[in-house]
Amino acid sequence: MTEPQRTGANRRGFIKAAGALTATGLAFPYISRAQDKPIRVGVPTILSGRVAQLGISSRNALQVEADKFNAAGGLNGRKIELITRDSKGKPDEAANNTRQLINGDGCEIIISAESSAGAFAVQEVIRELKVLCIHTNSETSSLSADPKIRVPTAFRTARQGIHDAIVSAAYAGNVAKAKGLKTWMTCSPDYAYGRDNTSLFLEYMKRFHPEIEVVGEAWPKLFQADYTENITKILQSKPQALYSALWAGDLVSFLDQSGIYNLFSQTTLFAINMADYTTLTAVKNLPAGIHSSSRYLKTFPAVPENAAWGDAYKAKFGDYPTNWSWENALAMSFLTTALKKVNSTDGAKLADAIRGMKVKSPFGADGTVTMRAEDQTTIGYAIGWGTTIPKEPWVPTVTPGDWKSILEHEAEWKKKMGFA
Amino acid sequence: MDPQALLTCFSTASCVITQTTGGLISGMLLFLVAAGLSLIFGTLKVVNFMHGSLYMLGAYFAYSLYTATGSFTIAVIGAALGVGLFGLIFERLFMSRVYNTDVLMQLLVCYGFILILDDAVKIIWGAEFLSMGMPAAFQRPPIMLAGGVLPVYYLFLIGITLGVALLLGVLLTRTRAGKIVRAAAVNPTMTSALGINTALVFGGVFALGGLLAGLSGALAAPVRSMVAGMGFSILIESFIVTVIGGMGSIGGALVGALLIGLVRSFGTIGFPLFTEGVMFLFMTLVLITKPSGLFGKEQ
Repeated sequence: MTEPQRTGANRRGFIKAAGALTATGLAFPYISRAQDKPIRVGVPTILSGRVAQLGISSRNALQVEADKFNAAGGLNGRKIELITRDSKGKPDEAANNTRQLINGDGCEIIISAESSAGAFAVQEVIRELKVLCIHTNSETSSLSADPKIRVPTAFRTARQGIHDAIVSAAYAGNVAKAKGLKTWMTCSPDYAYGRDNTSLFLEYMKRFHPEIEVVGEAWPKLFQADYTENITKILQSKPQALYSALWAGDLVSFLDQSGIYNLFSQTTLFAINMADYTTLTAVKNLPAGIHSSSRYLKTFPAVPENAAWGDAYKAKFGDYPTNWSWENALAMSFLTTALKKVNSTDGAKLADAIRGMKVKSPFGADGTVTMRAEDQTTIGYAIGWGTTIPKEPWVPTVTPGDWKSILEHEAEWKKKMGFA
Repeated sequence: MDPQALLTCFSTASCVITQTTGGLISGMLLFLVAAGLSLIFGTLKVVNFMHGSLYMLGAYFAYSLYTATGSFTIAVIGAALGVGLFGLIFERLFMSRVYNTDVLMQLLVCYGFILILDDAVKIIWGAEFLSMGMPAAFQRPPIMLAGGVLPVYYLFLIGITLGVALLLGVLLTRTRAGKIVRAAAVNPTMTSALGINTALVFGGVFALGGLLAGLSGALAAPVRSMVAGMGFSILIESFIVTVIGGMGSIGGALVGALLIGLVRSFGTIGFPLFTEGVMFLFMTLVLITKPSGLFGKEQ
């Protein structure tokens, strides 16, 4: 007997609620529509294949920061909605996805979490469609340094190859002088990043420490499974030090295979991409004393905000962040600050706000990171080198790079390259 | 090009020993995958384009078994048998339906499973690369011989692979099962008419091919990082090996794999920027002079 009463009450309640909703919609259509419409941010990236972790850890970091912005009320109630597309590491798909995100999905902003190959393709789409774009993972210096490639509404929050080369060579040069490491060899992946990174490192290494002699080079393919022939070649050349730009799974395989040849009992390794948690934790028998750049470490910069950010990320996703994660989190920091400043999603207005902007950041060398106005790329981010131990904190002491020196040498490099 | 470095290498025992064992080890793992590929083609007359995925499964199975049991022996045997069983199921349920269809249909089925298995690996083991680590028994310094470096694990690997090659040779040439397989390869209709269950033979051969690929993946797991899609590069090299050795020839696969291993090992000293090119040039040369491969039968 009670059932019909409940049904009647529900029906009346429903009609009332529907009426109220309709009235609200009719009375305040513009407020309602504006507050409901999310700020769509398109994220072309790589979510499949051997570099899937690039896209996954980028997306995770972006989502963490977007959630914070949304929880704080968004932009006058408008929340950020991330729309991610997988380019599979193919430049043509990166360009197509970007175009589709803007024209098809209505994205007003692009965060290009592509590797360098895809980033250059995305840049050309942005040149045409003029929305705000922040490149978060491409480290190739020319993307922002070369005026012919630069685009007024495109920025970069990724670390830059030239910065890494200067810091790496300064650190390695000091270690070489202290330990008498004169004969060097390189072993880097045979593609644009590996070649550029290694040649820049050697260029500055010879400048900072002219006594070194390069006794050989090994160029394994990207994603090569077997490094035996490269390792035996290094053994034959007997270098005192080895520089490598191998990364992720390739670096892990190289270390595992080198270990059974006892390679590092006779050669000191400088692996620029070692100090990233995914790589550090993947190597089962990590040799102590590998020199590496700080990709992402929650202990560098040694500030509570950075440690808290790393721990919060791990609590949410089960793994520590990657180098790509902090670069994307930094992008979101610039974006949300600019959104609040200009109260608009217009690409040109946002670009004006971001150009020259300085934000507080746990990833800054001095607690801040600046988006340099002249070439729309970040400076002042934490960058340094240290040596590994086979357990946490993995790299106990990091020697920070000197940004004054970085900027001086970078300016010279730009002149030499015809970029300034 | 650095021919002087290559000559210097050939004149020193340490270089010859280190590079030769390095070449042998690369070749041996390649042989296990290529042998399975060649065996399947020789008997079933289908090119198993997803053979690299079976290698990948072997590595991941070994990783899980090693993590669960701590025993490398159980990991290797379990992974090889597991992939063999997977191969049998795959052949019975899917490949057997496309034997008499266009090669494009076979390619489509295989490619579909490459994508499915890559995604399955990501779902089960994660998208991040994994490393199994060297089992404790092999964590020892390499053996030094005349200045050459011989890692203990690689010597074990070469021994295991040579043993497998020998067993395969005996199985195919000296046993009744081997004769049946060879008969089914030449004339399946006649073999079937003689009362032999050719479906079982085909399934068994596919399982054996899968087992070899799985074994290769399991043996590679301690020294190669694992990631979804890792089977692709070894598939390409396996095709080169089977083309050089001759499609369907196990002996050819062994010779082809060792040649490729040695070319890469010495090529990296003499032709550091053209090692891959030398490999493909070698394949082209074989194709021009003997299109059926070094040990392949003329059609």
